Amino acid sequence: MKPGTKLKSAACDTEVMVIRCGEGAIECGGAAMGEAKPEAVGTPSADFAAGTLMGKRYVDAAGTFELLCVKPGKGSLSVDGVALQVKDAKPLPASD
Amino acid sequence: MNIALFLEMAADAAPDRIALVCDGTRWTYADLLAGARGAAALIRQSEVAHVALLDESSEAAVMALFGAALAGVPYVPLNYRLADADLGALLARISPALIVGDGARVRRLCPDAANVIVSRADFVEQAQALAGDAPVDADAGDDVAIQLFTSGTTAAPKAAILRHANLVSYILGTVEFAAAPEEDAALVSVPPYHIAGIAALLSSIYAMRRILMLPAFAPDAWLNLAAAERASNAFVVPTMLARIIEAMGQMVANGASQPDLSALRAIAYGGGKMPTELIHDALDLFPTTGFTNAYGLTETSSTVALLGPDEHRAAHGSDDPVVRARLGSVGRPLPTVEIEIRDEDGRVLPPGVPGEIYVRGEQVSGEYRERSALDADGWFPTRDAGYIDADGYLFLSGRADDVIVRGGENISPGEIEDVVMTHPAVAEAAAVAIPSHEWGEAVGLIVVPRAGHSAPDEDELKQMVRARLRSSRVPERVLFADTLPYNEMGKLLRREIKTLFAR
Repeated sequence: MKPGTKLKSAACDTEVMVIRCGEGAIECGGAAMGEAKPEAVGTPSADFAAGTLMGKRYVDAAGTFELLCVKPGKGSLSVDGVALQVKDAKPLPASD
Repeated sequence: MNIALFLEMAADAAPDRIALVCDGTRWTYADLLAGARGAAALIRQSEVAHVALLDESSEAAVMALFGAALAGVPYVPLNYRLADADLGALLARISPALIVGDGARVRRLCPDAANVIVSRADFVEQAQALAGDAPVDADAGDDVAIQLFTSGTTAAPKAAILRHANLVSYILGTVEFAAAPEEDAALVSVPPYHIAGIAALLSSIYAMRRILMLPAFAPDAWLNLAAAERASNAFVVPTMLARIIEAMGQMVANGASQPDLSALRAIAYGGGKMPTELIHDALDLFPTTGFTNAYGLTETSSTVALLGPDEHRAAHGSDDPVVRARLGSVGRPLPTVEIEIRDEDGRVLPPGVPGEIYVRGEQVSGEYRERSALDADGWFPTRDAGYIDADGYLFLSGRADDVIVRGGENISPGEIEDVVMTHPAVAEAAAVAIPSHEWGEAVGLIVVPRAGHSAPDEDELKQMVRARLRSSRVPERVLFADTLPYNEMGKLLRREIKTLFAR
């Protein structure tokens, strides 16, 4: 999968843009995300129902995966079952 | 990744929020996205290689920037201040192009039937008309988003290219999505063909900070717009700040009422050397405003280092000469950017030692249409000279090409200028290389006397340099002038100064 690919949740409204990725299955609400939206959208599993926030970047511990949330939803993101975390960015003063 | 994503996200999050105010017209994020999609349809129909803008800033610049991105065609804003011959040469290099703006000038300079030429009003009208049926799909964004011609002081202008990946990386690394409160507004007065003008659009739209566009900078117009729209942020080049402060001073002298700038929380500046005296004055005049010095180049997608508001105040209020000197630095690298100083053989230099500034990071393109300037490890040689102090602050000392090589010794013009500028009768000073039979090059110094002072004594200036630096730095020739030549962005034109010494 290449950077810029847009992935859609099979469990909620979430959509993400892939910024960087490695080997592994990207999931939302516990279900694999895909480039196409499935006809029947399920619901997030209880373990992955914390929700996604518009404009936040989500990363794995190793920094291999980075996803930008471009549409928020009720599910939360994971790779191979391991939850992703919001990337902490030190706010910078506006410079242009 | 496509930079149009930023506008799509903003329009998705708050379609009806005001995104842009220009010449009294207000545009929402939904309006701009519709216009960009319509513009993309027009661009696709036109089957051109480039989308150019030959015009001042307006909503058309936003629609052309994002429309070109959606259509996957490079956007090329052109410097309308260029002389006819220079502009004609650039137009010939981008054909076939869809060109928005001054059509009569384009037809006169580049009568190429392959171009599609459209006025600003027609472009906006056609984009809006096509918006309803325009596809919403964006190009994948694997390629070039923007092509900017460098000013070309040494040779023909180079076509610097910025890929979508460079710009997306810059924005995601420096701006938090929708971080601006709804009342925030950024006053943008830099021209659309400058990297700072483009970065201002991208940053403000992603932060969802309303853009107040000032198509042609004039200090009174800037002050009036800032007051009327309650600007919270602004980006200026140093000459703009000098003229704003001068205009405010005149208002006081004339007993005129001062514009209400109480909303102005942040002023960022860059694009040229800020005189130390001017920034001290500005910090006094705007005691509650945060100042940020941004250093960057076209080839680095704008800012790579910055000196933040707290560092400005600390330096301004400090008695420690080291801390105070930081007001003359451009701060520290962004967390996403690496900076090194190297000598002519490419060896990395330790803190305090001047050399050429090298930059590396995902936002750094370092690429021209003809070739990439990146080395094997991805480092970009900026051709800017400078050093990093022990605390990591970057100081610039001019372009590497401006270094004066006197008998094998490298002399940075900045060190001489800084000394001469401390003379009370000197308003501006510039040191350049002049030919020398004995040394190859020697120091030529040109000085603008301060108003109300008689010109300082030539020997006195030489003595100052000898006492503060060393004998090799002493100017061989000193000229006096009423003004120094600057370009419209406030950059000193050293090449023109050299010609004064040749007379």
